[in-house]
Order: sequence, then structure tokens, then C-alpha cells
Amino acid sequence: MSSASFNYVRATELTDALSQGKRPGAAYLAGGTDLLQLWKASLTAPQDVIDISRLPLADITRAGDRLVIGAMARLSDVAAHPEVKAGHPLICDAILASASGQVRNLATAGGNLLQRTRCPYFSDAGLACNKRDPGSGCGARDGENRHAVLFGGSSGCVATHASDLAVALAALDAEIAISSASGERQLALSDLYPLPGETTAPDSSLRPGEMITAIRIVGAERFAPHSTYLKIRDRASFEFAVVSVAAALRIEDGVIAEARLAAGGVASLPWRLGRSEAALIGRAPTEQAFAAAGELAIEGARPLEGNAFKIPLLRNAVIRALQTAGDQS
Amino acid sequence: MPSRLALTCHNRSLTFQCCGDEHQMTQSQDAKFPKQRIALSITVNGTRHELEAAPTATLLDVIRDELKLTGTKKGCDMGGCGACTVLVAGRRIASCLALAASFGDADITTIEGIGTADRLHPLQDAFIRHDALQCGYCTPGQILSAIAVLAEGARSIEEIREGMSGNLCRCGAHANIVAAIAEVAGL
Repeated sequence: MSSASFNYVRATELTDALSQGKRPGAAYLAGGTDLLQLWKASLTAPQDVIDISRLPLADITRAGDRLVIGAMARLSDVAAHPEVKAGHPLICDAILASASGQVRNLATAGGNLLQRTRCPYFSDAGLACNKRDPGSGCGARDGENRHAVLFGGSSGCVATHASDLAVALAALDAEIAISSASGERQLALSDLYPLPGETTAPDSSLRPGEMITAIRIVGAERFAPHSTYLKIRDRASFEFAVVSVAAALRIEDGVIAEARLAAGGVASLPWRLGRSEAALIGRAPTEQAFAAAGELAIEGARPLEGNAFKIPLLRNAVIRALQTAGDQS
Repeated sequence: MPSRLALTCHNRSLTFQCCGDEHQMTQSQDAKFPKQRIALSITVNGTRHELEAAPTATLLDVIRDELKLTGTKKGCDMGGCGACTVLVAGRRIASCLALAASFGDADITTIEGIGTADRLHPLQDAFIRHDALQCGYCTPGQILSAIAVLAEGARSIEEIREGMSGNLCRCGAHANIVAAIAEVAGL
């Protein structure tokens, strides 16, 4: 348990929150499920905690083919929302595979995207970790690395991203709305997560003081009839992914017209499987087509000593997710 | 079969053990922030309480150590075990991951608010009859979570099992816990 104290500030307006949040040592608190764990473990010690949970940014709205999820919407409310359930079941699947009911009632959509890695070297302040302490090295690379990345790792970091929601959103080409005291900007979700460097490995490309205010998904309802989120984990529930796959297909006249595939648990960001997607286009949703997509998914995988088992696991998870998505109607 | 008395005894014993040094650290004041106190006006089991808390206090800390409602338990204190589960406006949360300051006007239900020794909640009654506990430490959280799982619409054994995955029982009473909840659900 951390003994470090902090000042608590409740923000009631966005402009107020953003001006408080730009101060050095400030941290935003939304659901608090990640921040409080990190604080209790002495992995973070903010001077000022800016409570943004009551900002009016929790609405979930659909206008035309655009779904907007307010960043402060609680995960359970997103998963239970009629528009999300009907038009974006992939998002519901991913959320309901995350955490527990008690945590989903607290955790927010925006906060979920910014949760820190669960790499055990990050979580133990006595071990080397460039994510926690830039320049200290990466203990996982030549240590216990069963959990580590297959793609995009560097000599400085092999930690995976922990969010299920991000994997589903990556498959649906979501965009993130970001605000700061100096203005607003938008980012493709895939650009929110940088690849690690040699001595630094930031979790996100957000700048100090910036806040995610909304998640936007455009034109994704066409995938609703054929989408699924498959999460492989060490126990059946309330556990992070070893490997996960978000699969979304659009099938027209018995032929795959569009395919979206993203994998979790294999990189520092949701890993889009572009070659697998391309190979599925124009083919019938058959076992042969899915098997070929599975083989392409693992091309370029770079295993470490302890995580080579993830390669066949990823291939098979892609195949099974495609079978499930292809069978729906 | 454990009797109602046995359940109470177990709870008292563990409550006593739980008030250890760990929490004293939470209360310690860093010299940089000696003064800030957060005014709370929370309603617990229908009774309103006006009090102050440190900015770092969790809702669990306030319920147990300020309001002395020690039925709610501190297990892992990291959101992983479910022993601290309470209802806020009917929704279950892990009170160890909720900053009290964030919930300063909340309407909270704890295990003390759902039944009495003479008039047990149906889930309390079912837990006793199904032998759904041994040491009893996780039981308040299990029952608060089960109330929410049924309210959320669980209608099968599988949905109950999945819905209860945030509540761990180290004595291993999960099978009987599921059976007790299923009975109350009419399954």
C-alpha cells in the first residue's frame, strides 16, 4: 500500500479539468480502477488527482452510421447500450470478456484504452523496465517472457497492451477524440499506441495534460452480422488475454467482401492482421480460406524464449474466430 | 451445515484480524498535504452520514474504519477478489478501487443493509442451507455480488458462474455458491 498522499480535485467542466491536468504531477482519474492499483503498488505517485468522472462525457449516441462513445461511459453501460448491442456486437463481446462485473461498473471506456501494461517487470519496482523507468532496460526480454509480444518488440521493451476493447476498436477502425488546454485533435486508434524504442516505451502517444474525450466508430454496422471476439486466457473468466482475436466480416452472396482482423496479447498495440484480411477478400467463407488466413497471421512473428507457444495459438485463434464470425447470420 | 451462529463467529474473528497495520499506512499523512480533508455526505443502508475523509481514502476504508461497518471485507485491496463488493445505486462495485471522494454523495448498500439475523435475505438463507461458505470471509461480497448478478438478468448456471467470476473463495465453496444463487433464481 502506498503511503504517498495526493491532493484531490473534482473537475466539473472540461476546460477546468484541462487547465488543472496540464500541471506537472497531475493525473486524471476516471473510473480509477487502474490508477488506484498503480498508486497502491507505488508505481505512480501523482501530486494532484483530477477527478474527471463527472464530466458530461458519458453519453453514447448514434447519428446515421456514426457511433460516439463518451470517454467517461462506464464499460458496463457501453456493453448494455442498445445501439452498441445491435450495431456493434464486437464491442460488447470484447467488454464482457474484460475484468469482472464489479470492475466494469467502475471502469470507463477512455480509461480502458489507457490502462498500463500487465507485464510483470513493469509491476515490480525492483526490476528493470523501460516503460516504468526509461533507460533501466528490459528484464522481460531475456527473463520470464511467456506473456511477451510476438510482433513489434524492441531490445528495450516486449510488453503487450492489456485492453480487449482496444482490439475490437482497432478492427473497426475507430478514431479517438483528444482534448487539451491548447485545443483538440483526432487520432486513429492505431496511432494512439507507439511501438517501443530502445530505452523508452511510452504506453500512448498522448502528450502531458491531454485527455481522451470520445471514441468514434463510423460505418461499422455492416460487420454486425459476422463479428466475434475470441479471448484465450489462463482461466475462463476475469483474466487478461494470452492471445485474443477480433474478427469482423462482410459476406455478400456467399463471398467475403470485407474482412477485419486484429489480435491482442501479441504486441504493444492491437495488431492488425492486414495480410490475412487481404487474403480473405473475394473468397467463400470456407475452412481452406480461414486456414490460409491463420497461416498469414503468424508471418513475421518473433518469439522469445518463453512465448513461442503463442504462434500456433494465434494461428488457431484466428481460424476459430473466423469460423465463428462466418457461421453467424 | 454451518449454523447462522457459526457464520457470525467466523465474521467477527476475521474482522478483528483484518484491522491490522496495513490500514494505518493509508491514514498516514504526507507532510506535503497535511490538511486536505474531503467532505462526504454518503447514504449507507438508508442512513445518511456527514463525515470527512483523507483524499486517498477508498470507499472501503470509509465504510469499515469511519462508519465501522466491518461486514464489508478487505481482501486483496486490488479489485481482484470481490470481498469488498458493495452496491452503489444498486450497481455492484469493488469498493477498494473507488476513491471515497469520487463517491461523496453515493447511495450505498452493504451486507448489513440487506437482512437481519431474524429476517435473512433469501440469498443469505440459501447460502446457509447450501453450505456455500467455510470461513465466511468472502461471503458478504459474494452475496452483494449475487444480488447484482440476479438483477443484471443472469438466468442460467453458466451466466451465474460468469457473473460471479469477480468473487473468489479460497475455501473453494464456489460450487455451493452457484447452487445457492441458482436456487434463488428459480433454476
